[in-house]
Order: sequence, then C-alpha cells, then structure tokens
Amino acid sequence: MQVLEAQTQSEYKFGFTSDIESDKIPKGLNEDTVRRISAKKNEPEFMLEWRLKAFRQFMEMKEPQWPNVDYPEIDLQDIYYYSAPKKKPKLESLDEVDPELLATFEKLGIPLEEQKLLANVAVDAVFDSVSVKTTYKEKLAELGIIFCSFSEAVHDHPELIKKYLGTVVPQNDNYYAALNSAVFSDGSFVYIPKGVKCPMELSTYFRINDTQTGQFERTLIIADEGSQVSYLEGCTAPQRDENQLHAAVVELVSLDNATIKYSTVQNWYPGDKDGKGGIYNFVTKRGVAHKNAKITWTQVETGSAVTWKYPSCILKGDNSIGEFYSVAVTNNRQQADTGTKMVHIGKNTRSTIISKGISAGYSDNSYRGLVKIGKKAENAHNFSVCDSLLMGDKCGAHTFPYLEVENNSAQVEHEATTSKIGEDQLFFLQQRGLSEEDAINMIVNGYCKEVFNELPMEFAVEAQKLLAITLEGSVG
Amino acid sequence: MLSIKNLKVAVEDQPILKGINLDIKPGEVHAIMGPNGSGKSTLANVLAGREEYEVTEGSIEYLGQDLLDLEVDERAQAGVFMAFQYPVEIPGVNTATFLKQVIGSIREARGEEELSAPDMLKLIREKAKMVGVDQSFLRRSLNEGFSGGEKKRNEMLQMALLEPKLAILDETDSGLDIDALRIVSDAVNQMRAKDRSFIIVTHYQRLLNYITPDHVHVIYQGRIVKSGDKNLALELEDKGYDWIKEEVETVA
Repeated sequence: MQVLEAQTQSEYKFGFTSDIESDKIPKGLNEDTVRRISAKKNEPEFMLEWRLKAFRQFMEMKEPQWPNVDYPEIDLQDIYYYSAPKKKPKLESLDEVDPELLATFEKLGIPLEEQKLLANVAVDAVFDSVSVKTTYKEKLAELGIIFCSFSEAVHDHPELIKKYLGTVVPQNDNYYAALNSAVFSDGSFVYIPKGVKCPMELSTYFRINDTQTGQFERTLIIADEGSQVSYLEGCTAPQRDENQLHAAVVELVSLDNATIKYSTVQNWYPGDKDGKGGIYNFVTKRGVAHKNAKITWTQVETGSAVTWKYPSCILKGDNSIGEFYSVAVTNNRQQADTGTKMVHIGKNTRSTIISKGISAGYSDNSYRGLVKIGKKAENAHNFSVCDSLLMGDKCGAHTFPYLEVENNSAQVEHEATTSKIGEDQLFFLQQRGLSEEDAINMIVNGYCKEVFNELPMEFAVEAQKLLAITLEGSVG
Repeated sequence: MLSIKNLKVAVEDQPILKGINLDIKPGEVHAIMGPNGSGKSTLANVLAGREEYEVTEGSIEYLGQDLLDLEVDERAQAGVFMAFQYPVEIPGVNTATFLKQVIGSIREARGEEELSAPDMLKLIREKAKMVGVDQSFLRRSLNEGFSGGEKKRNEMLQMALLEPKLAILDETDSGLDIDALRIVSDAVNQMRAKDRSFIIVTHYQRLLNYITPDHVHVIYQGRIVKSGDKNLALELEDKGYDWIKEEVETVA
C-alpha cells in the first residue's frame, strides 16, 4: 500500500505541484504579497520584475462595469493570494463519497476508476494510472513537446517564458488580467516544436491531483511553425472550490502555419438555487495567429455564478483563421457575459463565430462579440451566428454584437435568432415515448450540435450529458 | 380497447368537448369527421395527453387502465400513437438518431429486448421502404426543411416502427396530394390488425376512399351528433355538413 501511495504521489511531480513548504501568506494585496509569492515559488528575478510591473499597473486600474452581470463588490484585501496546495483527505472507498456527487458521475457516464480519481479515492493497483501517464510523458518527450506546470516552465524553460509571456495578453490588458499577472499561482505550459503534430490531446485531466487548483491560473501555449496541438481544459465533473474569485489568463501563440485547438468544458460550482456561494469566473483568453496559422476556441460553459469571458483571436498573419464555437448555459441565478473578439489584421484572414446561449430559471445570458477588420486586412471574411434558446419565461438572453470595419473589401455576415424551447417540440417527443428529460436533452443537443461537433469525441459525449444535468427540471 | 364516457374538455375555461361517448374495439377503424372547430382535433390531443386541454368531466379507459392517469410518454409506451397534423421540426437532430432513440426507449418501456445496431438499422430501412421514405431523409434533421407530404410520410414511418395498439391520425390527410394520400392509406391498411385500432380524424371524406372505416362519427359543437358506417362519410361528401348542422339545431 505504501509503495502504491508513493507511486501515485510521485506521479504528481509530473509538473503538477511545485516544491512549496510553508502554507499561507497573510490575506491582503500589496507589493509585499507579490514579492512573497514570487519568493515562495523560488522564481528568478525576471519573473518577479514582471509581476511587480503588473502589480503597479493594476493599482492604476478600475474594475470594469460594462459587463451585463451583477454581483456584490469583491474585497481584494480579504483574499489569500498564496496558500500551499492543500491535500484533500484521501478516502478509502467510493462509499465515503457524497452520494449526490456519485449520482452525477453516474449520469455523466464517467468510468468507475475515473470516478475514484476525481473524488480523490485511493485507486487500486489494477488501474495503473502511473504507467499510463508515464507512457504519455515519454512519448511527448521523444517529440520534444513540453507539457508541464507553469512554475516548472519558469525554472526549466525561462527563455520561452521570457520570449512569449504577456505578448498576447499584456500585463495591463484589463483589470483582472493585471491582477492575475501580479499574483498568478500556477497553470499549464505547452510548447510544440517546429513541424511536430502532437499525437494526443493534451488534457488537464491528466493533471488532476489532490491539491486545489489555484484561483489565478496562468496558461501559455506555444505552437511553433507548422506544428499542431489540441488542448483540453477542465472536466465535466462538478468542481468546487473555496475560492470564490477566479481570474485566469490563457495565452496562445500560433506561429506560421501552426494550428491550436483549445477546448474547454467549464463546470465550476454555480452556487445554490439562489446563486449563493457560486464562483466568479473572470477570464482573459486570447490567441495570436501568425501567417497561415489557425486558432480554434471551443467552449461549453455550464458552471460558475458569474462568468465573464471572451476567448479571442488576433489574426495577425496573412491567411490566418480564427474560430469560436461556444455553448453557454445558465440556470437558476447564474449570469454569463461571454463571447469573443476576432481582430483581423492580416490579409485574407477568416473568422467564424458560432455561439449558442441557453438560459433557464432566473438566469441571464449575454453574448458579447467584436469583429474588427483593420485597415490592411484586405479580403477579410467573418461569419457569425449567435443563437439564444430560452427555457421558461423568467430568464433573459441578450446579444451585444460590435462591428468595426476599416477596410471596404471585408465580407461580414451576422445571423442571430432567439427561440423558446417549444411546448410543441416537447409534446411531440414525449408522444413518441421519450421522458421529459430525454426530450429536453434531445432538443438542446440538436441546438448545440454545431459546437459539439468541434469537441473531441469523448468530451462531446460528456458535454451532452452535462448539459442535460445542468438543465434538469428547468421546464414544466 | 378504448372506452370514452361523457368526456368534457375545456381549453382556458372554454368548453370544447361537451360529453363525448365512444367505444372502440380491437381491430376497428373509426373515422371522426366534422366541420372546422367542432372539437375533433381536441379529442385526438386529449387522448395523447396534451397539457393545455383540461378534462373537466368523464373518463377514458384504455386497455383496462385509466388513460387520464398516464403521462404523455407513458401513454406512448402503452401503445398510444398520434400522427400530428403539424409535425414539428427539431433542428440539429438527425432523423435516424431520433428514430433509434425513440424505438429504444419504447422497447425498453415495453420490456422488449434491446435491438442491436445493425438490427435497428435493418428495421428502420425496411419500414422506410414500406412507407416510401427515402434513405436520404434519415440523415437529415428531423422534419427540418421537409415538405408537408414528407413530414406526414415521416409520421407514418414512426407509426410503423412503434407498432402502436391505438393509432390516432390527426388530419394526416390535410395538405396532401393524391400520391401522398395513397402512401398514408397504404401504411394504415398494411398495419391494420386484429389487436390494433385506428382513430382517423379528418375533415374530408377523400382519405376514406382508400381506408375503409368500420364506423364513422360526426362531431359538431363538442358532441358526437351522428354515427354510422362508411356510407355516412359518402353522404357527407355529397351533402356537406350543413344538413347535420340543421338537424342538430332543429333538435335543440
């Protein structure tokens, strides 16, 4: 047993936790906090300087008021900015796990052994996750692919960090990005060398460990010339966290002829029926596509009390392509203000936006999107579809499309629809023998199909089930 | 099979059916006719369990069960099928996927064995051929962009696949050309069986040229005012509904 434990524990060294001894830095945000975080993480000087610059800029900034969301003021002085990763108590068997959580796993169709991993139950020897992960690690290393924690990358690959960090999302980009830049805890780092096609989906799933995810995550993905990578973030299993404020930053760099596909399933705790206790998710995600490069964002957002998130593409190089496929679901008192920005700079750049909002209960769901065609972006092309589906009559759907065109050769198409889940559709499907739940599920999945098609297969199946669970009991 | 007693139904407090009595035996085909607004579609929808229709009085017994006690999906599982006057479109849901899920859930509810994927596909293809549904339809989103006739044919395909005990056709013939009409009636005729009954709700007699009903009932102002055999339908075609209206009004 001890051997097994040692093995599983050691496995988490695979870039998942850094060497930290002490526990917490006192609450409050000041320059000293930033210095102490950097010191705790044993960071090189350049990293500390970078954080401090961000902190100074942050101090000059104000929290944005324009998102269509409403939440009580956040007291930034009342937050711990650094705490040593806590180990959740290990459980002996699934019998000790909250039955409600198990029921959800069951509905999501998560295999038993994965359930144990997610619920932090000690895994038995049959499920040799260690060897699975080791195999992955070896295979990736052979190709020169770097996939590790951000902290690890700061130590082992400082040249890449120096070169790319903040090039897509500068420290002073926005209030929460600046805060993240100053105090970020950890995150993921990926580098795909020139011409390499990453042979597997890189998934944060392989990075699930028994410590808490930081509330200020920082992710940087670099696809060198001609390379390809597909990255999966999050998982469908419900995620709870005692930290209420989450402000992550994700930067993607897709160099000439490279392709990055970034898929997210976000299922943070949305709070109870009245919205109490849910997570505030204020995220900045952006990618730069160089010549002939491509970036695809696919997201399925079902969690969080308040979401504020606009995965964007800067189409800098000629012939570059940006895509955004999104399903955002809100139920009960959830609020989401989400969308994308497509900034066309290079010639012959193309972008596609498919956004599917679903609102139920008393929730509010807003799409906010910007399509900007720069002066030099000859023959740019954008196609946008923004659909909203309402379930019940207490919820809201809003669309805020912004369009800035500085070049007359641009072709921009925009379609938007709002529909209500039809009593007629429900009655029809139930008359064919489907339960109300299955009927809703079928209608919603049909509605989201274009987005699910973009997700890797297993992820898509889980996402479909997740949607059904999120919307359970929201009609009738 | 089905026994309706003194059925009274209101929609938004407005009485629509005012005391319907109807007995249907296994294997029988009943045609329900009547002028627009008489309540014939209401009867079909009440049998299927549509929520907006409030049963204020009376009872419906179906195969020894109180039908009004069952939810919409439970009725379907118990063998009640309604072919819709306006089949709905469900964007993004592939017709074949829909059929597979529906067959699967009905079979499960009926305690029948699960069909293997190839068997399922074989069954769907076979029945599609029977009702003249082209294979290419199966790959399209359910009813999306289908013509009126295609939608109705799709309804017949579902009926053939779900093998109901009581099939209700709610003005299935409306808006159909002669070819489509023939396909619908062929499907019904092929499916006529000793233990399967049909209720055919229609405004026009022409469908009954192809499907010979055992009984014909005329609904007017929420009541069955006349019942007879197939000759009643022919008489209606000849004379229209006015003489029935007059008769009713004279009695009143």
